Amino acid sequence: MTFLIKGETETWEVVIGLEVHAQVTSEAKLFSGAPTYFGADPNSQVSFVDAGMPGMLPVINEICVEQAVRTGLGLKARINNRSVFSRKNYFYADLPQGYQISQFDLPIVGKGTIVLDMPDGVSREIGIERLHLEQDAGKSIHDLHPSKTFIDLNRSGVALMEIVSDPDMRSPEEAGAYLRKLRSILRYLGTCNGNMDEGSMRCDANVSVRPQGEEGLRTRCEIKNVNSIRFVMQAIEYEARRHVDVYESGGEISQETRQYDSNNGETRSMRSKEMAHDYRYFPDPDLLPLVFDDDYVARIKATLPELPDEKRERFISEYGLTAYDAGVLVVERETSVYFEDVAKDRDPKAAANWVISNLFGALNKMGISITDSPITADNLGKLIDLITDNTISGRIAKDVFEIMLEEGKGPDAIVEEKGLKQITDTGPIEDAIGQVMADNPGKVEEYRGGKDKLIGWFVGQVMKQTGGKANPGKLNELLQKKLAP
Amino acid sequence: MSLDDATVRKIAHLARISVAEKDIAPLAKELSGIMDWIEQLQEVDTSAVEPMTGGADMMLNWRKDAVTDGGHTDKVLANAPESHEGFFGVPKVIE
Repeated sequence: MTFLIKGETETWEVVIGLEVHAQVTSEAKLFSGAPTYFGADPNSQVSFVDAGMPGMLPVINEICVEQAVRTGLGLKARINNRSVFSRKNYFYADLPQGYQISQFDLPIVGKGTIVLDMPDGVSREIGIERLHLEQDAGKSIHDLHPSKTFIDLNRSGVALMEIVSDPDMRSPEEAGAYLRKLRSILRYLGTCNGNMDEGSMRCDANVSVRPQGEEGLRTRCEIKNVNSIRFVMQAIEYEARRHVDVYESGGEISQETRQYDSNNGETRSMRSKEMAHDYRYFPDPDLLPLVFDDDYVARIKATLPELPDEKRERFISEYGLTAYDAGVLVVERETSVYFEDVAKDRDPKAAANWVISNLFGALNKMGISITDSPITADNLGKLIDLITDNTISGRIAKDVFEIMLEEGKGPDAIVEEKGLKQITDTGPIEDAIGQVMADNPGKVEEYRGGKDKLIGWFVGQVMKQTGGKANPGKLNELLQKKLAP
Repeated sequence: MSLDDATVRKIAHLARISVAEKDIAPLAKELSGIMDWIEQLQEVDTSAVEPMTGGADMMLNWRKDAVTDGGHTDKVLANAPESHEGFFGVPKVIE
């Protein structure tokens, strides 16, 4: 899928790299025993380490290390058995230490890859440059007081994984696909919940453009802290067009940090902090290097779940699903589990159809996730069974499905209660056919006179007579016989 | 190695240390002196020594993932010049 911007003089290509901050799923913070729960009272989850009190020493949380290694393995990345924590020095009101403990030249995870499956069927491999562990900062709130900024340090010291991609993406769509895929992998691994609206996953986008065919990269701008995938895509597109306009009017792009304003869909320069990027990194003297052996990595590797790419391949080979259907079903782990429960001992294609075409649509409309579905996998499976054993027709099944959605009951009970069982006995169907023919002698005449297409009309009428319950095969067979001249 | 005045002003700014203009030149001289001492260390042959970040031959201590702290907002805010409803209050910093 190519995304090119046609300018006045050139056709431009956009180059995108993404930095994602993913909050590590853990009970306690990276270097302190304070909790990490979302939405607690201000400053109620703060230890003296997180508050930057003098004399306090950081002690690393073993789960955060394990989660970083697990994520690295999920990204098929190189794991560095020895990494070093460094101080990134800058002044800001929500950074009480005056530095962030991060990793600089020796991160815990090195190069990896993420494979994107684009809607046009093309696969794109995006390089991961690195993943490192670092502390989150506190939160500044500017709108609670006319002249003050309020600071909440609950988030201060929470473990983040900064995951940096190579500048391998070439369209807003690819950036969106990258974020969705990364989020999917993190959720499968259980290392980050991926909730962008709660700030558990945040994205900075590095954007530059160049004339199609030009080698090398031009100056990039970094768009900070965009909080939804849709906004990331919009921000990239706006920013790329801005670069093109600047170049084509003879200007130059200067490297800067920009902010996306979702209200008017524009990016704007953040008041340029002079020398802000001079972080004067140096190894944190409070922390020894982080070292583990190959056995440690192997033990974590042994506990990795089946990841989306492998699951997708298995769904294609084991169930005979199309690549598209398999791709849709594996995005969320919960969906894949639901599907496999429905498909167990049943026709997998029918199961995939019901889940994708019917259930997804319904859940979308109701605005709920699959884990809150009123229809359990077990009940959806039973519904398919009722079609397979001819208890109900496919058409009635759609009605039963709607009732299941509303009432949450099992399909057996609904079919029983509403008398929806399919009519397969010859008698009642013949009666209904007789009735329709008696009421419409003109149509019978027309049909017998050679207007074959009327058969469809008769099927519809008889179906109506039987409340949609006639077995379609049986109905067709009997109707043909009765209508024959 | 000698630091010029501009570099000293920049370092002071980054460290948020206010240095009077008359103190810049003397400070540059002092800092340059310290850099000279450090430069002497370069004379030692370290080609056979692994780069290291510390002198302690110890392993990093790992902690269990358990909540053992928090819940003392009052103590956290005790030294703050200003606080409101559990938040620190600072002069408005709007980007």
